[in-house]
Amino acid sequence: MNALILSAVLGVIMMFSSFLLKQKPAVRAVAISGIVLLLLVNLLEMTSQPFLTVDTRGLLVFDHFALVFNTVIFAAVLLYFLLSAPDMEKVGGSYAEYFALIFFILCGVTLVTSFTSLLTLFLGIEIISIPLYILTGSDKRNLKSNEAALKYFLMGSFSTGLMLMGIALLYGAWGTFSTEAPALLASMPPVLVVAGMSLVFFAMAFKVSAAPFHFWTPDVYDGAPTVFTSFMATVVKGAVFAGFIRLFDHAFGAQQPQWQFWVAVITVVTLFVGNITAVFQQSVKRMLAYSSIAQAGFMLFALYAMNAAGKEGILLYTAAYSFASIGIFAVLARMNDYTFDGFNGLARTAPLVAGALTVFLLSLAGIPLTAGFIAKFYMLKAALTTPGSTWLVIFAVLMAAVSVYYYFRVIRAMYFREPGESPVPVFPGFFKWTLALLALLVILLGVFPELLLGRLYF
Amino acid sequence: MIAFFLILIPLATGLLSFLIKEEKTAKAFALLSSLATLAVSLLGLTLMKTGNYLHFSAPWMSSLGSSFTLQLDGAGQVLCLLTAVAYPLVLLGTWQATYKNAQQFFGLMLLAQAGMMGVFLAADALLFYFFWELALIPMYFLSSIWGGERRIPVTFKFFIYTFAGSLLMLTGIIYLQAQTADQSFSITSFYNLELSGKEQSWIFWLFFVAFAIKMPVFPLHTWQPDTYEQAPTATTMILSGVMVKMGLLGLIRWLMPVLPLASFQWGDRVMIFAIIGIVYASLIAIRQNDLKRLIAYSSIAHIGLMCAALFAENNSGTQGVMIQLFNHGINIIGLWIIVEIIERRYGTRKISELGGLAQQAPVMTIFFVIIALANIALPLTNGFAGEFLMFNGLLQAKSNFAVAYTVVAGLGIILAAVYTLNMIRNTFYGEAVVLRAPVTDLKLNETIALSLIVILILWLGIYPQSMLDLTEQFSREWMNKIDVSHLFRK
Repeated sequence: MNALILSAVLGVIMMFSSFLLKQKPAVRAVAISGIVLLLLVNLLEMTSQPFLTVDTRGLLVFDHFALVFNTVIFAAVLLYFLLSAPDMEKVGGSYAEYFALIFFILCGVTLVTSFTSLLTLFLGIEIISIPLYILTGSDKRNLKSNEAALKYFLMGSFSTGLMLMGIALLYGAWGTFSTEAPALLASMPPVLVVAGMSLVFFAMAFKVSAAPFHFWTPDVYDGAPTVFTSFMATVVKGAVFAGFIRLFDHAFGAQQPQWQFWVAVITVVTLFVGNITAVFQQSVKRMLAYSSIAQAGFMLFALYAMNAAGKEGILLYTAAYSFASIGIFAVLARMNDYTFDGFNGLARTAPLVAGALTVFLLSLAGIPLTAGFIAKFYMLKAALTTPGSTWLVIFAVLMAAVSVYYYFRVIRAMYFREPGESPVPVFPGFFKWTLALLALLVILLGVFPELLLGRLYF
Repeated sequence: MIAFFLILIPLATGLLSFLIKEEKTAKAFALLSSLATLAVSLLGLTLMKTGNYLHFSAPWMSSLGSSFTLQLDGAGQVLCLLTAVAYPLVLLGTWQATYKNAQQFFGLMLLAQAGMMGVFLAADALLFYFFWELALIPMYFLSSIWGGERRIPVTFKFFIYTFAGSLLMLTGIIYLQAQTADQSFSITSFYNLELSGKEQSWIFWLFFVAFAIKMPVFPLHTWQPDTYEQAPTATTMILSGVMVKMGLLGLIRWLMPVLPLASFQWGDRVMIFAIIGIVYASLIAIRQNDLKRLIAYSSIAHIGLMCAALFAENNSGTQGVMIQLFNHGINIIGLWIIVEIIERRYGTRKISELGGLAQQAPVMTIFFVIIALANIALPLTNGFAGEFLMFNGLLQAKSNFAVAYTVVAGLGIILAAVYTLNMIRNTFYGEAVVLRAPVTDLKLNETIALSLIVILILWLGIYPQSMLDLTEQFSREWMNKIDVSHLFRK
């Protein structure tokens, strides 16, 4: 609850700080202290020390899962600010406004992770989406950024329409927006529920960029300024996944036999499209866009299995995937050349950055002793404890082997090739050490996953 | 504690090695570290061979059902000893080789040693998987940075191949863990599993593909000759001498006792593939002109025989494999050392460009001939004891085609004699070819390394019992674990 209120307040503060603070470092300092405050307040609420309790009349429930998830998200945003906030200056003039939009998105994220009503879910999704449309188009003079924003807006509105339609149908069937009550009336769901559920499912699949609803993703991720792609691909995707799982766990848990097969189909398509297309990319940014689709395929396992391992897993997966991707995008934003060749010989020119980047890439590929391995492990375990899913898991691990190909292309460029002609990117000391710290965190989570999982059942 | 130190020493010294500046210091440091590991390993065989010393357990990732448990059993002892012996030999034998960023090279080599020790010691499936991957990554970097011209695509193929296999194995491991009574990865829980034949069948293939890629068994061997050729020779020695044994250890410890029914059921097919591999690899070896590729193919044939002998599922075959695990490693490292010497001195390893080396380098020739003869299992060399037991095992296999298998595999031995003797004749005897560099005989370090290898070859050739005693109890217990006859009697 506190995080919800505070993030909205922080958004407003950041809006006003653009008038009051002229210096960009000052704006940045306010934003970073804001997110630290948000993280602290959320942590205090986790240890049952809420400052405020508001009766939401069954619209929101801040359970452990929601709080832990929010903590992961806020920690990721903090790291994101530390690494990428200076790069936002390059995007355009409205520096403080970018932070304001991000805080508003965080407000939406807290709604999406803790809703108990379809209405709050819808609100949360919209509060996330609208600032994202703006951030995507924030590089106003860049045609690609404009195109991406328009595309994202049109496709996003369409999926919002679908979602609203679905919610209306569900309301017709249930007579309530609450996601808690309907679980009782199970057995044979009426057509209205099935139709409503399908529409909501499509809309959510669109938001998490699961194939075949992924067509917007590569263009939008590629066109958006890299600093904001980083935010969209990590924090937002993780949060929407949390909402997706919460919705299907609470509202449609009883109908699992009906939708499970279709989730499996979507998972297979997503894994296939994401991984195979990523292999053919020449630009690291586009490769990361497709890799984010591929990773979404793995995250769908949590939805598919919908058991304890899946829910723990999605938490770890969000943390692992976000931390690693934020690091990679932060380096990418500072590169002069976004192709694989642009990374040639980086190990020679910037060994610390290359080392950290290697850890992130290994984590995304799911190599043991990184957070990514434990995350993938949980997903596979969740699926394998569901009867009759072995074929799905075998397909997924083969696709994971494909993913090694494109992640290791970057490692190959950095370590085994000579530096190219293009000027060497500059990495300030603070950036380098934050990156190293992040890499250490990724390894720490991989070696002691209990650090995070232990928090889930306190 | 012994088990723990076998991993800790190479791991810690490997990480420390990255901080060293001088190439000479890094080299000496790596040698010292490997000697320390050897000393610990020998201590485990002699003074401290009670259970307390050989067992190590610490809590780790308990919420996943895993723990940091190490156990040094018979097969593990042989392989840890091999790893411990191999490193000093490799480092001594290639002392003259120079590397750019030597501290990183030796650091990665030691890290790979830690990974392999871990694989040979792990008594927890998840830990086993961790070490399996951790041994692979340093190897990937070693081959890709310091290898030959085509190193990057070749080692990448190797990496993807192995990684795909190990992911399939991971699927199998997670599935088995979910079936255990206590949701644990520990090896005893795995051994206590009682799975249906159908389940065992498909999990068998998930595991087997991973191990077959590593060994490699035909038809999953295609990464191997290229990788051996392109990797720097010191790395190739470790890859072929020690690392391929990871696959065999996987079969021995993690596949056959856990899935005895499926191993029995599919053993025949596996033997067919392995034996096809023996003949196929030997035939290709005959046609090779590159010394490195020739030895690579000969290694496929040898490993194929070990794999087939394991699936014969009898005591003779198993004991043969146990002793051969060690022998093959020592012999092939000896061969590589000489190939490395030839390549560094004369700038080529093409058989057609070499000839008559015996006149100028008689000492090297003697060493090479002894090691090559051990490689084709001549009596009084170590290879003979192992291969004799393995053939004996193959002949007694519970299969309708045991005789056919033995005969065809025996053909492999004959072919091995053909390519080995051909190679010796064309390289060391015959007409002397004018070489770019003046021919010199062995240096001191090379003499020491090769003498040690020859001593081991002769010792184990004349007195193989010393090695067989080590694994006798293990083999007997192992036979009990994989025995499925009681299932049929019911």
